[in-house]
Amino acid sequence: MTRTRTPGISRRSTLALMGAGAISVAAPWVARAQAKTIKIGMPTILSGRVAQLGTSSRNAVMLEVDKVNAAGGLAGRQIEMVIRDSKGQPQEAARVARELVNTDGCEWLIDGEASSGSFAVHEVARDLGVLCVHTCSEASSLTADPKQHIPNAFRCVRQGIHDSIVGGSYAASISKAKGLKKWATCSPDYAYGRDTTGEFTLYLKRFAPDVEIISESWPKLFQPDYTEVVTKILQAKPQALYSCLWGGDLTSYIDQANIYAMFGQMEVFAVNMADYTALTVVKNLPKGIHSGNRYIKSFPSTPENAAWGDAYKAKYNEYPTNWSWQNATAVMFLSEAAKKANSTDGKKIAEVLKGLTIKCPFGADGTVTMRGDDHTLVGYAIGWGTTIPQEPYVPEVKAGDWKTIFELEAEWKKSKGYI
Amino acid sequence: MTVSACFVWFSAPYQARRNESAPVDLDALAGCLSSSACLVTQTTSGLIIGMLLFLVAVGLTLIFGVLKIVNFSHGAFYMFGAYFAMTAYQFTGSFALAMIAGAAGTAVLGLIFERVFMSRVYGADVLMQLLVCYAFVLIFDDVVRLIWGPEFKSMGMPAAFQVMPLFIAGGVVPPYYLLLIGVALVAAIVLGIGLSRSRIGKVIRATAHNPGMVSALGINTGLIYGGVFALGGMLAGLAGALAAPVRSLTPGMGFSVLIESFIVTVIGGMGSIVGALVGALLLGLIRSFGSLGFPLFTEGLMYLFMVIVLVSKPTGLFGKEAA
Repeated sequence: MTRTRTPGISRRSTLALMGAGAISVAAPWVARAQAKTIKIGMPTILSGRVAQLGTSSRNAVMLEVDKVNAAGGLAGRQIEMVIRDSKGQPQEAARVARELVNTDGCEWLIDGEASSGSFAVHEVARDLGVLCVHTCSEASSLTADPKQHIPNAFRCVRQGIHDSIVGGSYAASISKAKGLKKWATCSPDYAYGRDTTGEFTLYLKRFAPDVEIISESWPKLFQPDYTEVVTKILQAKPQALYSCLWGGDLTSYIDQANIYAMFGQMEVFAVNMADYTALTVVKNLPKGIHSGNRYIKSFPSTPENAAWGDAYKAKYNEYPTNWSWQNATAVMFLSEAAKKANSTDGKKIAEVLKGLTIKCPFGADGTVTMRGDDHTLVGYAIGWGTTIPQEPYVPEVKAGDWKTIFELEAEWKKSKGYI
Repeated sequence: MTVSACFVWFSAPYQARRNESAPVDLDALAGCLSSSACLVTQTTSGLIIGMLLFLVAVGLTLIFGVLKIVNFSHGAFYMFGAYFAMTAYQFTGSFALAMIAGAAGTAVLGLIFERVFMSRVYGADVLMQLLVCYAFVLIFDDVVRLIWGPEFKSMGMPAAFQVMPLFIAGGVVPPYYLLLIGVALVAAIVLGIGLSRSRIGKVIRATAHNPGMVSALGINTGLIYGGVFALGGMLAGLAGALAAPVRSLTPGMGFSVLIESFIVTVIGGMGSIVGALVGALLLGLIRSFGSLGFPLFTEGLMYLFMVIVLVSKPTGLFGKEAA
């Protein structure tokens, strides 16, 4: 009797195929574990309206990576950055992040996305368990909300709530000193504009309870003309104006408000003014606009910060942005953590990062800390000051008090049900 | 009962949800209409928005009227006008030369664009024409990105206009905006008279009506088409140049202006210059006064107005019925 085989793949072939498959899947990981270089993936925005910020993020990362590599790399492994354009689209950011890990063999992620994209990359990090450092999203809930918490993700970015507390406190002190009771607001009509303005006015009213918001304007994001907004504010006759317009929208607004002589008629608080992207573009920058610090090489006023700003400008022929210092700080943290762990294993690095304090040119006291309980950056230089039309643009910055920030942040977290 | 009280039912859910200003504030609008200062400020504000829109929209409507092409890439000429003006201003420091560079540069660009590319798709399907135009929207944006960089730029206000605004009947009117309105008005008058009275104007109108007959009479219609496209581009470029001192310059800046220009041409009637002027001014005034009375619905008002016009007169306010 002859044994006949049924058509199809035999058990032996199936086993052989499974074995080969397992080897081919595992091979990159084996190879990776032995590779001399460590690949770090970075999705960021390199095209579209905010490409300048993504480019400045990439520049800052490369500036620091070159230093780390020159000093011997991460635990003896040279860093190879794999940086991809997400076009500012969340779904593309998630796709790119996944591809960087699964196809390109990146072991860690530096997430250079704006808020919407960051939440998408965060989910990829949750899914793949890869070490991820967010470097651009200021949305407080990304790390404040315990539902978002994962052990392998950290945020190395200033936070909206921190800015609002410091901004509200600073504005209230000016308000009391100058008797500014009638306020107007003008911010872009999307989540960032609404949330930031809401938090700012919340703390402004907390520190100066007699303040009244008499006019609100919500122009579209990237609106070309603000004339009707400017004239509406002039009609309301406020004593002070708050705005979180940014980038080209802010410079357009300033140019258009300037010819109505608006800046002579009220105190203006524009949280995003003190960033070189805006400061160097506005040709007729009015004196005396109050602004939060984004990135200014004169604040903190230390030789280390000035040297870092100059080194960046020397290499890229332009000044860094707010996103630049945050990305540079992320590389500094990763480098220090790898040194302490003497390893590039993501889990070990994550353990070391928790509560890690490092020396940093952007620290309020020369250091910054990755807070252990919510994996977020604290202790960075944060403050407000007034502009002048030439360098250093914001000669004196009043630094925020981190003790007050911590107290009010904890209170805010309680009110949100986060703790 | 105040007028705003009538809208409490409308605004309450929004206020409860987001604690923000009411979507309808008719008290503010009524207050403005009864104050000469506010009336002057908001009217001039509307005129400024309207006149810039007119310059872009009239080129669009002119090209459609003569060439029967919906030039989807028209916003790019507005963008190039602004960039040409900024560059000329940086090199020469002369505001007048900057305006001339913006207008002349885009006229040349329009002529080349029409002769080299658009003239090849005149007989083609509308979809093909739209695709070619859209392709050039992307190409022109990338060209700007390559030449001037992806970051936003600012031309800055010339020193001559860095002066205190004028106060007319208590209203605030910046001198630069008076110039802007004046230039746009002169362009409208010259265009109107030129098309209706001059010989070349008659030829253009004849070409729009019957290009075959005009061609049979020995007139080079290709030249007329190129000239009209160049004129349309020049007007959009002039708008961009005039806007450059007060608006930030970015690749893709023409798109938002293009959308509003389409609304203007639809309201005014495709192919009608008077319609473009009236439509643009109406839109400007809707934005200006709408921001006071309907702060959360200003954009919606423009579209609502367009819908009302389309329903009551589908060809637009000054559009002609198809023969």
